[in-house]
Amino acid sequence: MFLYLPIAELSVNVFLVLGMGIGVGTLSGIFGVGGGFLMTPLLIFLGIPPAVAVGTEANQIVASSVSGVLAHWRRGNVDFKMGGVLLVGGVIGSTFGVWLFKVLRELGQIDLVIMLSYVVFLGIIGILMLIESIRAMQRARTPARRRKLHQHNFLHGLPFKMRFRKSKLYISVLLPLLIGVVVGILSAIMGVGGGFIMVPAMIYLLGMPTSVVVGTSLFQIIFVTANATFLQATLNQTVDIFLAILLLIGAVIGAQVGTMVGSKLRGEQLRGLLALMVLAVCGKIVFDLLVTPDDLYVIATGGRH
Amino acid sequence: MRAFLAFLLLSLWSGTAAMAQPVVVDLSKESVDITAGFTGTDVLLFGATSGYGEVVVVIEGPKKTVSVRRKERVAGIWVNGDQVDFENVPAFYKVLSTNSLDEWLPLAVREENQIGVEYLNLKPRGDVPAAEASEYRAALIRNKQQIEQYGLVEDRLELAGGRLFRSNVYFPSNVPVGKYFVRTYLVDKGKIVITRSIPLYIRKVGIEADVYRVAHQHSALYGIAAIIIAVIAGLGGNALFRKR
Repeated sequence: MFLYLPIAELSVNVFLVLGMGIGVGTLSGIFGVGGGFLMTPLLIFLGIPPAVAVGTEANQIVASSVSGVLAHWRRGNVDFKMGGVLLVGGVIGSTFGVWLFKVLRELGQIDLVIMLSYVVFLGIIGILMLIESIRAMQRARTPARRRKLHQHNFLHGLPFKMRFRKSKLYISVLLPLLIGVVVGILSAIMGVGGGFIMVPAMIYLLGMPTSVVVGTSLFQIIFVTANATFLQATLNQTVDIFLAILLLIGAVIGAQVGTMVGSKLRGEQLRGLLALMVLAVCGKIVFDLLVTPDDLYVIATGGRH
Repeated sequence: MRAFLAFLLLSLWSGTAAMAQPVVVDLSKESVDITAGFTGTDVLLFGATSGYGEVVVVIEGPKKTVSVRRKERVAGIWVNGDQVDFENVPAFYKVLSTNSLDEWLPLAVREENQIGVEYLNLKPRGDVPAAEASEYRAALIRNKQQIEQYGLVEDRLELAGGRLFRSNVYFPSNVPVGKYFVRTYLVDKGKIVITRSIPLYIRKVGIEADVYRVAHQHSALYGIAAIIIAVIAGLGGNALFRKR
């Protein structure tokens, strides 16, 4: 069964897209990641224009974050104050990001920037995850050492300090604000929620307790991706509602499958597997960038004005 | 089916009364409607001559500005480099003929009427050296052919009994929307005897048209609607999940 996508202006196999949604949704359920960083490249491999893939994926992430944050909220694992500061930064960042996206699109360089961002971030995250999971597998055999609760460094000397009760922190607002801005820009350009950058940044840079990290990250991702969706829709007209709905259905089903599967598998091996998958997607993009194209010329309708 | 009946009627009619018209032509549809299930479609083109001459049909889509960019290798990776813009480029272009064009249609006629992709009047915007322009022009045509929006060579019009011609014209799923012109030339002894032009509308209809229109004309509303749908879907997914 085929469905014509009104914004992407091509027809796709409904079952293929649903299958991809379920597949990535399952992975999200297993690993607790948003999945945007896998779905956007997959959509591009499928032939969806990169700009539409990015805009639409931002829309889909709004849904999966709303769905995810509720469970964390019920358990009281959302630091709204910290989330608020992060999302102020995120809204600034994603607004700038969408504007940058428009400029790069007019220059004909947006596809390249999207691809390069993916190579850099998928590469870094994949390698870090692989190392982490190999270490964890080794650590399982040797006795564990105690770590300090959190280290003090130069970041704690910055001005405008604020108290975040839930996170048990007294730090400068500049740091979470800056993290919010950077992740916001990335989320607009890459069509991701940015959880995979936000979560490590919250743990290692801000020193937030792990229990509130995922809930808080999801909370702010809702607003950042909603902002990105709105701006992509108004500035670039690259949000395809039909495609978004297909992805949503897949993601909802997949998330349930993933949670069931996830509870039956071992963590370290799973993380190692995800790392390999992330690196595989990264490798495919690198290959596409390096290999000599069949035709050295590309066309685009619209032209430069 | 209606098209086929029309074709039969036309066959009967042309046998008796076609003498008044040197060539008649029609399409099985006035418009191609792009619906949710659209995966490309065939339109039957049919007509009749009064028994002499050859028929050439040119199908031309709406004119647009197209940018052609050349990829360059920068630090090992391929990036988009120089760009040349062409104005008034038909978004879709196909030629059909009852006979091989190269053999009987004079070059001057083809150039004057832009019959065949190599005779399309594509001029680059601004000052571009001639050699470079022709390279970009060739690339533009090659890329359009690659995505099936331009024909490779002319398609054959089947000619029955020396008078009736017909052919299925395929419009792929990526067909550009807009107003098309189907121009029919009756050519005799290397000269165009008569030209007929009929319009064909390719348009999104129903929900496809609505979504596209709202996305472009009321983009703020569209963005908000997209977010609301996502929030509802997220809440719904969570509710489903809790019941289990």
